[in-house]
Amino acid sequence: MTYKITEENNISTIFLDGEIDMDKTDEVKGVIFPVIDSGKNVALNLSNVQYMDSSGISVLIESHQKALEKGTKLVIKDVSKSVLKVIMMAKLEQILNLE
Amino acid sequence: MSLENFNQSEKKDFLVSSASLKDVRAFSRDVFEKFKIDEELREELVLAIAEAAQNIVKHAYKDMPDTQDKMVVRISCSDDVLEISFFDKGKPVEKNKVKHRAIDDIKPGGLGTFFIQQIMDSINFEPGKEPWINNLVLTKKLKN
Repeated sequence: MTYKITEENNISTIFLDGEIDMDKTDEVKGVIFPVIDSGKNVALNLSNVQYMDSSGISVLIESHQKALEKGTKLVIKDVSKSVLKVIMMAKLEQILNLE
Repeated sequence: MSLENFNQSEKKDFLVSSASLKDVRAFSRDVFEKFKIDEELREELVLAIAEAAQNIVKHAYKDMPDTQDKMVVRISCSDDVLEISFFDKGKPVEKNKVKHRAIDDIKPGGLGTFFIQQIMDSINFEPGKEPWINNLVLTKKLKN
């Protein structure tokens, strides 16, 4: 998995690239959580994530909850069709802030 | 269903490790392409297989991150019924403890089994025959 982070108007956008499974969750948390902890609003761009399993979905839930605790906003943007299907299977499309 | 009755069958072993999950997915995608499974269904099936393999790593081999044991995934198809079997030598599965979290109780974890249930028609834990301890069998009727 690779990633890049851009900053614009106090929004940090995290672009993830690759497949997110149980083997990658610690790495993904290591990218997302510090940005949320910094107190900035966060956009998570998943356009280049073509596969996500239940472990990846757990990271999205944890990130969402962490942002709520920190009083920041986390939006999930440009979700690929395959990942959106998994989010919908988990019935989270109304819970997570999808754009 | 005995193996002899399958029109098509492929199997492969993998080290029981989270690092093997991408290889399990690659194997599954190759087999489904060979079996000419519809592309959209293919990715759902890959997810179900990856979740079941993940459960072996996470639960049957809990606290055994350095195991050198292998798990076997076998994908078979006959008369439009897909049968996916998993064999491992980990801790015996306690069937009554295999359940997903309540879907409206939003918290991390507990979704893998839910995904498998959503995708597959049946989930059965059968006694593993020597040398296996666990044998999970998933089935799915393929539409014509």
